[in-house]
This record gives sequence, structure tokens and C-alpha cells, in this order.
Amino acid sequence: MINTTLLTNQISTILAMAPDTTASVLSQTPTEVGTGPKWILLIIGLPMLTSLLCGLYAIIGNKTKLPAWTTVAGAGIAFLATVAMYLSFDGTPYTVHAFDWIQVYFGDKAMIANFSFYIDTLTIYWMLFVTGLATLIALYASEYMSHDVGTSYCRFFGAFGLFVFSMACLVMGDNLLMLYLGWEGVGLCSYLLIGYFYKKPEAVAAAKKAFIVNRIGDLGLALGIYLTFVHFGTLEYAVLFNDPTLLGYIEAAKTGNFDAIPAIAQWIPILFMIGAFGKSAQFPLYVWLPDAMEGPTPVSALIHAATMVTAGVYLIARTYPLFLTSEFALPIVAWVGTITALLAATIAMAQFDIKRIMAYSTVSQLGYMFAGLGVLTPTGGVYHVLTHAFFKALLFLCCGAVMHGFAGQLDLRKLSGLKNVKGWGIVTIGMLIGCINLAGVPFTAGYFSKDTIIAEAFVTPGTSMIGWVLLFTAGLTAYYTFRVFFRVFMGPVEYHAGDEHHDDDHSDDKSHEFHPHAPGWAVNSVLITLSVLSIAASGLYFIGGNKEAHTKHYAQTMVMSSTASYDSPYSKHAIHAAHESHANAGVGPRGTIDKALSMPIIGGDPHKVMYYVSAVVGIVGITLAWFLHLFGRTNAAECKMDPIAKRFGPIPKMAENKWYVDEFYAMIFVTPLRIIAHIFHWIDKLLVDGIVNLFGYLPRIFAWIIRPSQSGVLQGYAVSMAGGLTILLLVVFVILMQGGVS
Amino acid sequence: MDHLLSINLAQMAFPEALPAITMAHYLFVSAAMFVMGLIGFLTRKNMIIMFLCTELMFQGAGLALIAFGRHHLAADGQTFVIFVLCVAAAEAAMALALVVLLFRHKETLSAQAWKELHG
Repeated sequence: MINTTLLTNQISTILAMAPDTTASVLSQTPTEVGTGPKWILLIIGLPMLTSLLCGLYAIIGNKTKLPAWTTVAGAGIAFLATVAMYLSFDGTPYTVHAFDWIQVYFGDKAMIANFSFYIDTLTIYWMLFVTGLATLIALYASEYMSHDVGTSYCRFFGAFGLFVFSMACLVMGDNLLMLYLGWEGVGLCSYLLIGYFYKKPEAVAAAKKAFIVNRIGDLGLALGIYLTFVHFGTLEYAVLFNDPTLLGYIEAAKTGNFDAIPAIAQWIPILFMIGAFGKSAQFPLYVWLPDAMEGPTPVSALIHAATMVTAGVYLIARTYPLFLTSEFALPIVAWVGTITALLAATIAMAQFDIKRIMAYSTVSQLGYMFAGLGVLTPTGGVYHVLTHAFFKALLFLCCGAVMHGFAGQLDLRKLSGLKNVKGWGIVTIGMLIGCINLAGVPFTAGYFSKDTIIAEAFVTPGTSMIGWVLLFTAGLTAYYTFRVFFRVFMGPVEYHAGDEHHDDDHSDDKSHEFHPHAPGWAVNSVLITLSVLSIAASGLYFIGGNKEAHTKHYAQTMVMSSTASYDSPYSKHAIHAAHESHANAGVGPRGTIDKALSMPIIGGDPHKVMYYVSAVVGIVGITLAWFLHLFGRTNAAECKMDPIAKRFGPIPKMAENKWYVDEFYAMIFVTPLRIIAHIFHWIDKLLVDGIVNLFGYLPRIFAWIIRPSQSGVLQGYAVSMAGGLTILLLVVFVILMQGGVS
Repeated sequence: MDHLLSINLAQMAFPEALPAITMAHYLFVSAAMFVMGLIGFLTRKNMIIMFLCTELMFQGAGLALIAFGRHHLAADGQTFVIFVLCVAAAEAAMALALVVLLFRHKETLSAQAWKELHG
């Protein structure tokens, strides 16, 4: 039997599916979405409350760590509430209504966007790691930001709480307008937190860049939401994803009959996609994310690695049914993701700032997630979001600990052998765990989630090229990840302090010798927790499967019972089934299963082969990094890679300069826009202001002409008065004469 | 009307000795007073003289009003002139006070001394 396509937002429909179903199964009846308990509003309300409290602390001039503990408590309780929401979830999506927000009626159409929340497995899945990581990172930040205790500390945690609130609105909102509200909210918090050190010009520039680049994407999202309303007449998920028109389009898409779908419906996902590219830092809008590292490291970990940047993935996963109706949207998503993954990985290889390397690595891994969504495996993409959230937050927090301890030093040429420095053991272990996950060492969470995406790329017809590129990128990822680890944490002990002398209690020692200060309990406990979570995430690949719903593991179960549900007809069991009964070969958006079977699949079932191939690729990358960056290295600055890099001529230099993409954008977009701005400035100044000023000048010019008549001589005035009167009288006289007055 | 106009005492007393005083005579005297005042005002620099000249113009105008009032056998012209005289008296008090003040500033009565008050 073939379960070709499962497009439903209700797990019960899947469960009720007859086992002998041969045709594609689709839930055609609109589901009644029930209402949930009101305590779920705690998840939204508490972060907002902590944010307001932090503002209050700033006003009353609090000089303690109270804002941090408030935020940790608020996010912690929100996390517990999310867990309670998860445990009490019975498989049926429901909404929780807070209050009526926007209700506009246009004739027979109604635009209803209430402040209410839609809870299904995808929401729960996302909120679990968002609130969980927010709690951990707030705890970490309580120590990391301790130099700034006072107003700045309140400002940091105020924006932090606002971010968690916005992210909750984005993920939990039950309509696209709530999603947009959260989308803009996280963008604002990102701006505020990147520009946290607002006295640093680079930080201000980075904050502006992030905001402006995101606006380009947000325009796409706003237009997409507008088109959704115009075409489907609703913004609410519960109504939209059960809309008979939409379900009809998906049926048409499955048979490859895209002509039956109006162009307007096909444009919606393309516009959404632009929004997702901006927020999730995909090519060509990825340039803001590496610069966003100017913000404090906890912000980089939470917002720019784990949660906010996955909002684009969430958007596409949430609106996956809309994406299926477009002929081009998913292939573009897949290719853009792939190009981004490769491009960012090549840049990461040549950077020396470890935080920047992690930033490019984030861009690259987000590319994997988009590629996963594009090659019809939302499961792979969403699973990678979770594993990446854990290990990338861990990596960033480890880098942050290094930066904090070595007075802002981030250059891997100036740090070496931290493993053997006293007090840095936990950071080293945490970094190692993060690195093996990112590099895709076998049996780690990152290995399984990345494999799912690459394997699926080989199975889906027409995307095997994507698979090859992603596989190659996996090798590069392993190399650059372990380059950092081998350079900074292994090898001979050598370190140079950075230039941030904000640590006053050490300032006396600085003149003699630099003492790195090892992380305290808050940082270490967070690193341990995240290390455990990163390892535990691989366990999710083996548990949580649901036989009846044909899901193999936890993430798949969570995705398949949400609106992101899409069971690729080309995936494993479908192919096996097609082998058994060739006559039942199904049809998917990219062609028939026959076509899928004729794809080159490295001599076997990609799902099995990929375990070995990507393991080998990962290990080759790590070995290369070991040989070039650790083997026989005697100091921090030099390694075997240096002479090899010289042989490549200008290429490493170009990669270090980010392939001059920023310079290219500056030339193509920024400079012309600046010139236009100057032109408009002068038009405004000369033309608009000129007309206004002219009306001011006219009376003055007139006055200047007649002013000499006021001579100051009294007789002069009298003569002119008499003369004027005489002329007047003469005129009257002449008129009277001519008028023939009798 | 011509008959009524020509009734006045002198003519009644000496109908042959004096020619009839007509409206034109009054208007001529009035115009002469006004023009003398005007010329005085335009040619003299002493502020008191100039003020007296304006008074002269006033009275010239007043005479014309009374003549017309008599011509029409209406009291309006005379009433109006009484008001003008009142205003002129008040004005004379103010104008002379101003002249005194101006004199105290510059020790001269010449209007030319205040030339710098131009716009």
C-alpha cells in the first residue's frame, strides 16, 4: 500500500486511515478546532511581564542581578508551562483565545486576526526549545553580563524578555497576522540587542544592517500575507489549511498539474519565501547575520543561532501546504538553501574570528534546513532545527566563555591549548560536544538530522545535485569546525589577552601578566546542561516513532501531526512499496516514483548508504583539520595550513573577505541608493524649500524697492500726501467732467 | 433757493453799497485759508508754525462746511464744525506738549532734526 501524501493537520485523520488505501489520502472535511485551557497564556504573558519588570527596575535604579533572576524565573515558568502543555496535548490541535484584536469586514469577507494561539505538535515542538533555551541562556547571561550591572543590565534583560514574548507570538499565534507581529517583534529585539553596545560604531552599523536587510524580507512576507487574504479570504490557520480551495490545489499539484492552480496562489509561497530568506539569513539576504555577532554572546546564541533565525524555517514548515501548491517555490527554497550552505561554509573556512566562524556556520546550517524543506522533507529540516539549536547554542556559549575569560580575544591565531588551562575543562568538553555534532560525527544528533536531509535530497527526483553539494559542504563543515577546536582548545598552551579592559578587578594584574578568569557556576552549569541536551537530541532519532502514523522518530511524529505534515511519496517506505507493487506507483510534485527510482542513488537505498557516506565525509574533514591545524603545531599563530593556503593564491584571501559580497552589495545597492538619497535631499532643499522661501522673500524685495520713499523729512511726506490728494482730485474731476454731471 | 441764499444782514442794511455775498465768496475764502495753511505746512520747518498751519487748514475746511450748511438751511454743518473745534482744541494740547518734548531732546524746533526717524 502507498500512503502517497498525507496532508492534514489532524493526527486522528492519519490514525483513521484505512490500511488498504491506495490513492492519496487527504482530509477534505474542515476540522473543528477546539479551545484550550487559559493557563497556556502564561507562556506568552510571563516573558512580557518580566520585560516590563526589567523596565521598572531600570526606573528605580536597581543595581543588583535582580533583572536576570526575574527573567530566568519568567522564562523557566514559561518553559514548565510549555512542558505541561506538551504533556496534556491529546493530539487534537486547539486554539486559546486571549482577546479580540482585529476584525474587519469587507462585504462578505471578514479579516479576523484575534490575539489567540494555535497549539499543535509543531507549536509545542518549537516552544519547547525556545523557552528551554531562553531559560538556560538567561542564566548564562546573568553571569556573562555581570560587568554591566545597572541600567544596561536591565535594558539587556528587558529586551531579552520582549524577545521571548515576540518569539512566542510568532510560533504560537493562530493566524498569519500574529505571526507577522511576532516576526517584527523578534526583528526589533534583534536590532536592540545587536546594538546593545551602542557606543561602538560597529555595533550600531551592524544593528542597522540587520534591521534594513530584514525589512527587504519582511516586505515579501507582508505581501504574501496580503495575497493569502485576498485569495483565500482568511488568515487563520485553522480555517486556511482546511480550505477546500487549497486542498483542491494540492490535489492538482500532486499530479503535476500546476496549470490548474492560479498564479496568485503560486506567488504566495514565493513571497513568504523572501521573508524567510531575510529572517533566516539565506542567500542573498544572509549578510546581516555575521555582523550581528557584534551583540553580546548570549544574544548571538539565543537569537542569532538557536531561535529567531529558525523563524524562516518555521514559517515554511507552518505554511507547507501553500508551498506545495507552487511549481517553483520549493525548488527555489532547496537551491537557495544549498547555495547558502556551500557559500557560508567556504567563508567560515577562511575566517579567524571564532565567533564569526560560528556565525557563518549558522548561516550554512540554516541552508541545510531550507534545503531539507525544499527537497520535500520538512521532517529533516525541522529535526535539524532542534539539534542545531542545542549544539549551536552550546558552541556560541563556549565561544562566549572564551571571549569573556580572555578579555574579548576571539582570534584563533592568538589562543591555543585552552584544554590545559585550569578551570577551562567544562568549556573544552562542551566545545567538543558541540563540534562533533556540527561536524556530523556518527551517532551524534547533528549526524542524524543532517543525514535525513542529504538522503532525502538523493531520493527526491531532480535534486541529487543538491545532495552532492550538501555532502561536500558536510565535509567542509567538519573541517572548519574542528579547525577551531584543534587551534583553540588543543596543542601547546598559549594565549594573548584581547583589548577589552572592562574587567576592573583585574586591571592591576594586566600590567604584569594576564590571568584569564575561568567561567563561574552559572556558565558552567548551562554548558553542562546544553552538552547533555545536545547528546540527548540524538536519542530522538530512535524514540517517539508512531507505527500507525508511519513515523520513525520523534521529530517526524511531531511534524506529521501538524500543518507541516508532508509524507514524501519518494521516501523510503514508498519506494519499497512501489517495488512490491509497481502498478501502484504514486505521483508527487516532482514526478512519478518510477522517476525517483531511476535516480542515481550511490548504489543502494540512500537512507542506508548515507549513514556510511556522510560518516566517512565527516571523518575525512576532521582528519584533515587535525593534520593541518594540530599535528606538529608548536605555537598558536602558525600551522601546516599556512604554506598550503599560499599555494591557492588569492582564493583564501577572497574567502576571508567573504567573497567581497558586502563590497558588491555596497557597489550595486548601497552606493546608488545613497546617491539617490543625496539627489532627493537636494531636490527637497532647492525645489521644495526654495518655493517656500521665495514666498518669504517677495515681500522683503518689495519693501526694499519702496523703502527709500520714507526719507524721514516731514515736508517730503506732506508733499507726497498733498500731491497724491491733488492727483486723486484731478482724476475725480476729469471723470465728473467726462461723465457729464449736470 | 437763490433767493433764500442772498438773505443776510449786510445786504438788508445796505442793499446798494455791498454786492450780494454768494456761496462762491465763502468757498473762495475757505479755499484760500486751506491753501495758505498747506503752503505754510510744506514750506516752514518750525514745528509750531507747521502746527498753526494745520489749524488754518482745519478752519478753512470748517468754513466751507458752515457755508454749505447755511446754503441748505441745515444745522449739520455747524454741528459738525463744533465737534471739529473740540477735537482741534484737544489735539492742540497734545501736539504742543509733543513739540515741547521734542524740543527738550534736541534744543531745536526744526522738523529736520528728526530726519533719522525714517523707515
